[in-house]
Amino acid sequence: MTTIDVGLKPFDELNREIRACTDDTLVLNDVNGQRYIGCALSNKNITINGTSGNAMGAYLDGCTITVNGNAQDATGDTMNDGMIIIHGSCGDAAGYSMRGGKIFIRDSAGYRSGIHMKAYEEKQPLIIIGDRAGSFLGEYLAGGTIIVLGLHQEGKAPVGYFCGTGMHGGKIYLRCDTLPSDLPQQVSSSDATQEDMQEISAHLESYCAIFDLDKEALLASHFYVLRPNSSTPYKMLYTNV
Amino acid sequence: MGINYLYPDFEVHRDREKCITCRVCERQCANEVHSYDAESNRMVSDDTKCVNCHRCVSLCPTHALKIVKTNHGFKDNANWKGDVIQDIYRQADSGGVLLASMGTPKDYPVYWDKMLINASQVTNPSIDPLREPMETKTFLGQKSSKIRRDENGKLITKTDPQLALNIPIMFSAMSYGSISYNAHKSLALAAQKLGIFYNTGEGGLHEDFYQYGKNTIVQVASGRFGVHPEYLNAGAAIEIKMGQGAKPGIGGHLPGSKIGEDISKTRMIPEHADAISPAPHHDIYSIEDLRQLVYTLKEATAYTKPIIVKVAAVHNISAIASGIARSGADIIAIDGFRGGTGAAPARTRDNVGIPIELALASVDTRLRQEGIRNNVSLVVGGSIRSSADVIKAIALGADAIYIATSALLALGCHLCRTCQSGKCNWGIATQRPELVKRLNPEVGSERLVNLITAWNHEIKEMMGGMGINSIEALRGNRLMLRGIGLNETELQILGIAHAGQ
Repeated sequence: MTTIDVGLKPFDELNREIRACTDDTLVLNDVNGQRYIGCALSNKNITINGTSGNAMGAYLDGCTITVNGNAQDATGDTMNDGMIIIHGSCGDAAGYSMRGGKIFIRDSAGYRSGIHMKAYEEKQPLIIIGDRAGSFLGEYLAGGTIIVLGLHQEGKAPVGYFCGTGMHGGKIYLRCDTLPSDLPQQVSSSDATQEDMQEISAHLESYCAIFDLDKEALLASHFYVLRPNSSTPYKMLYTNV
Repeated sequence: MGINYLYPDFEVHRDREKCITCRVCERQCANEVHSYDAESNRMVSDDTKCVNCHRCVSLCPTHALKIVKTNHGFKDNANWKGDVIQDIYRQADSGGVLLASMGTPKDYPVYWDKMLINASQVTNPSIDPLREPMETKTFLGQKSSKIRRDENGKLITKTDPQLALNIPIMFSAMSYGSISYNAHKSLALAAQKLGIFYNTGEGGLHEDFYQYGKNTIVQVASGRFGVHPEYLNAGAAIEIKMGQGAKPGIGGHLPGSKIGEDISKTRMIPEHADAISPAPHHDIYSIEDLRQLVYTLKEATAYTKPIIVKVAAVHNISAIASGIARSGADIIAIDGFRGGTGAAPARTRDNVGIPIELALASVDTRLRQEGIRNNVSLVVGGSIRSSADVIKAIALGADAIYIATSALLALGCHLCRTCQSGKCNWGIATQRPELVKRLNPEVGSERLVNLITAWNHEIKEMMGGMGINSIEALRGNRLMLRGIGLNETELQILGIAHAGQ
């Protein structure tokens, strides 16, 4: 295990050190918003103590990154594989366009989480947000799963405006008693079925273990599932010149 | 069913004397225009389906066929022209957005054709490229304006990553999906032979084409299809696509019907589901955000590859380019509004954006004024049709140019502008195996190599004529251009004098 005391080290220096490090386990202490940590990495596990900067774990391809603190914007942007665990909240655009791997956020996520997430064969990305997600959650969702638990929302919809706009694949599970009031026409909502609950249960297994939550208590509450109305929503829009 | 208001645009003329009923036309036409009528033992045609792609005309062994634009029309009207009326009929019929392909056919000014190139006479000798070496090698990337030394005073010779081109021409982005496997292979092979680059577009990189990585630019667009670390590291450079000349401000949409097994694998999305590239990158809402994407790509490739930012030529292009030049990007690619597309809403294609000539001149001027021209190289595209256009672009300030429509024409495209139908009879803009196989990548690449080699000869010839023996000395050398029939404002934007001045 290699420990780096980050302090105010410039991001490029820090990331060069991480790339050059031959150890497969790194602990970064006193991180102060340095950007691009773990960008495109596939062979190291990183623990970040402090606040990770923008685009942490962009194109991540198989590591586990654990943040003991909050993360800033664009966490796991275009992530391909691996796992990001945030013991806190994260900023905007988490998991933008991610295709594989998992992002677990203990508290809340900012705007635009999971936009254009997509799935392909064994690559089935997953984002779980403990409390609440901001507006535009899962816009253009093309595949994968987003779960928002609303832990402190007391049954209110745990998302902001425009949830799932342009959605054409994947699903969004919301643990709440009332639906968002402005769901767009591309989204169909229903109560989670038994099959859905089994899937949620499987996904929550490690999330609850990591963040020390009572899975059964969570599963006892009501979940909605949002799905696309059609996988080809744009089909009828055109006429040829 | 209501009345069909649309009269066929084209008529298939078949010379009965020459037709030998071999049925080649029938087999060749994916639009199913031709058929054999057993009763009369004659070929018959359905004009309504003809797109005027010339496939049947080119393959008819007896030259019995020709396609003629119909002379049937509406009552003459300078305002309500026939195509305007027909578009209204189409939309009234379907309620759909008009979809078109390739570059705009509208009659906008082509500034390339309003600029003339200089030549030496008497006072400075012209150079004969047959006798003397002419340099067209071009390096694209950030050029440091400072000499840097290490702590011992030694020169630091390591430069920012550069793309080295034998000829300042590259094939611009066309995705696997918008064009066929064989079209991509033709481009890849030709780029390799020529020592230039082709561009994946936003459709990912087919596993068979990783071997051409040294001559490949990989693209990252808003849909991020097929983007992963291996892909990013496979190419010689990475292009962030912010916009496209044919459809500035809007995203892309590859319909599920075109996403077969191979496309699905390359894009890494399920078969038969729509592939949607959102209009903006939703992780880029500012120059600062763009800088962030540029740096994630640099970090992902350990600062070994130049990053290109491609934008469409729009009204405030010089201010936008100034921002990009400060974002850490190495190369700016600007796509003019006449650029092609596999499919775009017709109204956007025909009305949004500005000509590349004006965009290029204004960007080059602005970056010079701000002292940041060397921060970036400039690559321009959007209808470069000949070596003369290349010379003019470089003299206006471009480091290199992008071609796509010209390259497709070399592969046999006849500009019938129905790429969106996916039934390209020339095997270019289609995914149907029986059509794709009509394009032989060996032959295709040879035709591309021929085209670029010919252009290169012409470029050298014209450079020599100007008394210039290095493309470097032509770059931004606007004294080599004069305008013809341009007004004061146009001349001022282009930064050139009028012919005779």
